[in-house]
Amino acid sequence: MDLVHVWLCLVGLVVILYVVLDGFSLGVGLLFPFAGNEAERDELINSIAPVWDANQTWVVFGGGALFASFPLIYTVLFSALYIPLLTFLFGLIFRGVAFEFRVNSSRKGVWNLAFFAGSLIATISQGFVLGAYLSGIQMDQNRFSGGAFDWLNAFSIMTGLALIAGYCLMGSTYLILKTTGNVQQRAFRQAFWSAVAVTGFLGIVSIWTPIHDMSFVSRWMSEPRVYVVWVFPVMGIAAMTTLFIHLKKKSEIIPFISSLFVFLSAYLGLQAAIYPYVILPSVTLYDAVAQTRTLEFTLWGVSICLPVILAYIIYSYWVFRGKIGTEGLYH
Amino acid sequence: MDVVLLSRIQFGITTAFHILFPTLTIGMALYLVLVEFLWLKTRRELYYRMYRFWVKVFAIHFGVGVVTGIILEFEFGTNFARFSQAVANVFAPLMAYEGMTAFFLEAGFLGIMIFGWNRVSPRVHFLSTCLVAVGASLSAFWIMAANAWMQTPAGYELIDGRFMVTRFQDAIFNPAFPTHLTHMLLASYETAAFAIAGISAWFLLKKSHPAFFKKSLYLALFMAAIIAPLQVVVGDFKGQAVAKHQPAKLAAMEAHWETNTEGGAAFVAFALPDMETETNRFSITIPNMLSILTTHSINGQVIGLKEFPPEDRPNVGVTFWTFRVMVAIGFLFLAVMLWGGVLAFQGRLSDTPLFLKILIGIQPLGFLATILGWVTAEMGRQPWTVYGLMRTSDSVSPIAAGNVLWSICMFVVFFMVIGFSYFYFTLKVLRSGPDLDPPVPGPHVPPDMITMNNEMSDREVA
Repeated sequence: MDLVHVWLCLVGLVVILYVVLDGFSLGVGLLFPFAGNEAERDELINSIAPVWDANQTWVVFGGGALFASFPLIYTVLFSALYIPLLTFLFGLIFRGVAFEFRVNSSRKGVWNLAFFAGSLIATISQGFVLGAYLSGIQMDQNRFSGGAFDWLNAFSIMTGLALIAGYCLMGSTYLILKTTGNVQQRAFRQAFWSAVAVTGFLGIVSIWTPIHDMSFVSRWMSEPRVYVVWVFPVMGIAAMTTLFIHLKKKSEIIPFISSLFVFLSAYLGLQAAIYPYVILPSVTLYDAVAQTRTLEFTLWGVSICLPVILAYIIYSYWVFRGKIGTEGLYH
Repeated sequence: MDVVLLSRIQFGITTAFHILFPTLTIGMALYLVLVEFLWLKTRRELYYRMYRFWVKVFAIHFGVGVVTGIILEFEFGTNFARFSQAVANVFAPLMAYEGMTAFFLEAGFLGIMIFGWNRVSPRVHFLSTCLVAVGASLSAFWIMAANAWMQTPAGYELIDGRFMVTRFQDAIFNPAFPTHLTHMLLASYETAAFAIAGISAWFLLKKSHPAFFKKSLYLALFMAAIIAPLQVVVGDFKGQAVAKHQPAKLAAMEAHWETNTEGGAAFVAFALPDMETETNRFSITIPNMLSILTTHSINGQVIGLKEFPPEDRPNVGVTFWTFRVMVAIGFLFLAVMLWGGVLAFQGRLSDTPLFLKILIGIQPLGFLATILGWVTAEMGRQPWTVYGLMRTSDSVSPIAAGNVLWSICMFVVFFMVIGFSYFYFTLKVLRSGPDLDPPVPGPHVPPDMITMNNEMSDREVA
């Protein structure tokens, strides 16, 4: 594997880490209005309090890594997706600030709403970004040359809604893991309905993507890729089946792990349908990559920092393992 | 308005709002290290309570700092795509390193710092505090390296309009970097020290928790006593570095139009610079002073702004005044610190109401000075993004101005909501004062804060 592919995998890893980690934090935000009372809302907040900030920080890592390794993707995509990306940031800010201020507030209503709205805005604009990315970007000489609303189409609206369902699934299975009693019972029901919705959306994506852009199919079917890619839908179906079975059995851990695998299979399946392009329809990873010296220099940092970061993130999840009570944990 | 000006306005607003928060947290992290060290060493309950109180203030600022910081990393791509594409090979790794080393240390160990008291050993907790402090300063290291590179680019070669790296050591440790970094770090430590001192003074005036806030004040002024004089020295070094590497910027900062050929250059203490006529109106000058300040010799030559074509000059009025007010604040801090030193020596620090009132009054000035310093540095670099090599007008994204106008409006509304809520809740947390109820973990020297408050003399506290 050459340096370019090492970096492709690294950026890919950071993106999926962000998606699943902040995915469940955002999912808890999306499920926030369904909590019965203030005590239950506190329980939801406390379930993600020690980890949400670190989860969100993967987006910073991802942005920095993308800028350093594939600057063309970073510059073209970010100017093309100006509105959805900044809307995503506004959502993140809103959620973050609501999180910080809610705990100190006596009138929690407005911050509850802000926490939910921020999570919803961040989620749906991430979905728009995904849909727009898969739809291709209009370019002229290494620069974005399209309009301000190119990102908005039926396909990107669908991916926006699909991501809401997906994050609800991550959030609810995480709550199953971290809570007890009423909140957990509700999370089981929420996980079931989210899983139904996600199954539906995965079906729609599987049919619509090839109709939307035939080149996806030809890349999927190209040799030798065709011998490998069937793994992803099979993995997705297996994970989804496991999820439903264990939701019915009221398992606490396996639903969360299964939904991780659902995300992973969808993500890898899409990657396999795009490779070797990084901006559709015509920019390959070799067109977009940075200077070799830059890749090497940054790789040093990543190979030292990433294992350490992963180790202590696992450590901090270990420290804050187990069920969360309703007592004031935050601050 | 065109997309260039709008993009600059947006970057200015978002950076200025963001920098308020890291400025405080970088310095406050150091303060918390000091407090926790004293707690572990003496096991006096007072220090534990101090940590728990100040970490609450720290956490609010930290949270807002992180979310507002993400915006900046995005803006290089959304608003300055052409700049980013040209400089990515040199510039982007510095941003990536910032994200990796610093941000993660902070965001990861912060959880333990705030929630971990009963879950990890005291040593691990102290280590977390230290790592957060190191992470915060490392974050500044990379950001200042990136910004200093824009001021004095090094370690690159230009090929077809793109900056290719030749040596990363040269790019990072570029000429402006050492003073750039130290100046910012000291600004953070100083701002945080005076912020803590101001809050403590407010409580002392109210006669609420005197022992607690007397100690907090002493520690903050102890920090300031080391930092404030250092900052003046570093400021001097920085001025010389600017004079050497960015002469047009220095000339604009000093409203110095003509290169002095015979005799020394005069220092302009007050003026209304006029860029049209290339003169200063209502100026008050001190003969030879500019030569002394920038070259450390009476008749040293200082290049004037007229040596540069008008299209290569920064805005003189803005850089001249932001720079002056910043320097004035620096010296004011030094004076207050010296007075504080005298009072502490006399043992009257916490019962001199005028001094306490002044501490409260000057509290926001550190933040103001930091922003003004940034405006001087960034406006002084204009009309370039990469000094002398890439113009700001060639740096922006190929997007319509309407996009940027929309996001500016959004940012302004957001920042007003966040700013207002932030003030409200910070004041609320502060008003409620230190929480003396929760049990102290591990062995400790018996508490009795009330007797301590009443009986402890200044000497003991010091």
